[in-house]
Amino acid sequence: MEAGTLTSSRAPRAGGLRLPGVGAGVGRGMVVLYLSLIVLLPLAALTSQGLSDGLGHFWQQVTQPQALKSLKLTLVASLVVVIVNGFFGTILAWLLVRDEFPGKSVVNAVIDLPFALPTIVASLILIELWGNKSPFGVHIAGTPAAVVVALMFVTLPFIVRAVQPLLMEMDREMEEAAASLGAGGFTVFRRIIFPNLLPGLGAGIALAYARALGEYGSVLLFAGGLANTTVSSVFIKQQIESGNETGAAAVSVVLLFCSLLCLAIVSLIQRWAVRHDRSSSELIPTPAAEGSGHGDGA
Amino acid sequence: MTANPASRWTLRILGLGYILLLLLIPLGFIFYKTFEHGIAPPLDAITSPDGLHALKLTLLTVAIAVPLNTVFGIGCALLLVRHRFRGNFLIDAAINLPFAISPIVIGLSLFLLYGTTGWFEPALAEAGIKILFSVPGMVLACIFVSLPFVVRETVPVLQEIGTEQEQAASTLGANAWQTFWRVTLPAIRWGVAYGVVLTTARVLGEFGAVSVVSGSISGQTQTLPLFVEKQYENFNLPGAFGASVLLALLALMTLLAMNLLKRKEDA
Repeated sequence: MEAGTLTSSRAPRAGGLRLPGVGAGVGRGMVVLYLSLIVLLPLAALTSQGLSDGLGHFWQQVTQPQALKSLKLTLVASLVVVIVNGFFGTILAWLLVRDEFPGKSVVNAVIDLPFALPTIVASLILIELWGNKSPFGVHIAGTPAAVVVALMFVTLPFIVRAVQPLLMEMDREMEEAAASLGAGGFTVFRRIIFPNLLPGLGAGIALAYARALGEYGSVLLFAGGLANTTVSSVFIKQQIESGNETGAAAVSVVLLFCSLLCLAIVSLIQRWAVRHDRSSSELIPTPAAEGSGHGDGA
Repeated sequence: MTANPASRWTLRILGLGYILLLLLIPLGFIFYKTFEHGIAPPLDAITSPDGLHALKLTLLTVAIAVPLNTVFGIGCALLLVRHRFRGNFLIDAAINLPFAISPIVIGLSLFLLYGTTGWFEPALAEAGIKILFSVPGMVLACIFVSLPFVVRETVPVLQEIGTEQEQAASTLGANAWQTFWRVTLPAIRWGVAYGVVLTTARVLGEFGAVSVVSGSISGQTQTLPLFVEKQYENFNLPGAFGASVLLALLALMTLLAMNLLKRKEDA
């Protein structure tokens, strides 16, 4: 999943457990070999297939109406989703760190549900809950709204877990000073809290965006592959099934490029945060990022 | 920020309402829907030959992918943290790739690499090895998608424990192997365990990548998530929900394990 700690691994100091020179070399070789065989080689095969008939053909595949439509839907729906979840995720992080209410530890645990629940199961639940047989009478299955709801479900934890640790470690004296100087609740949030949360929120949003761009399982049953609900991943699967591997690979290359861009943004934010004296580990948008304070104990 | 009661309640209603709608109602609904007509229909679906086979195959992918990624994860974390090296940042960046790439794109990559037009096709055909539409391809997909978790959970713990105890051990004459088993591994065990839980959850539930490379043949190349999709497509809702509840229970156990391990790690 998706989910993950994207901390950079900077060695703080040398020493400690060290393999002898030869051992380290062999170990590094094995790590690189494993990574290459499992991850890099398949991605190279994909890129080479996507570009196999030249750039012109690649461009033609990407810009054919259906492909373009799916890419547009994917990019826009994902954007809507990260904005909505950025809003609610920040509220939830605030509630988990600064508020006390019964059942808080349950809420804190259940936030990670989308990390743990298989996406196809999420899709099945969503279509039964908001489809034709909806017990609430809300029918959105098979519409673009379904794409948005499915993506909201899978990306929520990224934002909460990215903002929560920053909120936990924030110096409350600044807020108290601002309040004592007459700033109201919203002014304190806007001028003090929000700027401090920005790196975590940014990293969380970038990761959530990457996740949303590539999401497949949760949208499959719920939104389906209809004319106006086909996201790029579903489009790619359709192309594979109809034997157009080059077309599938071309759109995949575009998605891959967007994913890399998101990762690069996360990494830039982390560098910025490190320079500004925030440890990079605070930007870990994973379930692990609850940190030492642990929501309900803080 | 000590919000005034009015804004505090507004935030509570917004935040908790969102959680209720988005997460809690769906979670409750799946159990209600599955056991609506008693325990027999979902149980029958899971204990059908295809259901049992899907369960077995899912457990097999876990049994292969999780240990491999655990060993790799610990080794890789040790190299990244304890051995400075110019190229480390490249390894570091490559490890994050599976987090950001679409499972469908991952599936297609494997499909193209091992498929009929793939680079390995001549060698594989000659050796009579079938990777695509069979278990090896599915295992490879699972390894790919779950690769980063153990590394990412182990790296911060390794950085945190520092090197003093390891240095003491080696001063007292322990070799690298002994230092690892007796000093380093016990110190990082909860972080590693946390990574293993996340890896397992991801492999259990992986759908997109596996669906591209498996062909989803009932009773042959179907894991539980693929079984859910197939049952739904065949209008067998009790079957789909039966398998889904099993996966949801595993997800809840994952959440529980994550919470317990987090507490251990903090203690």
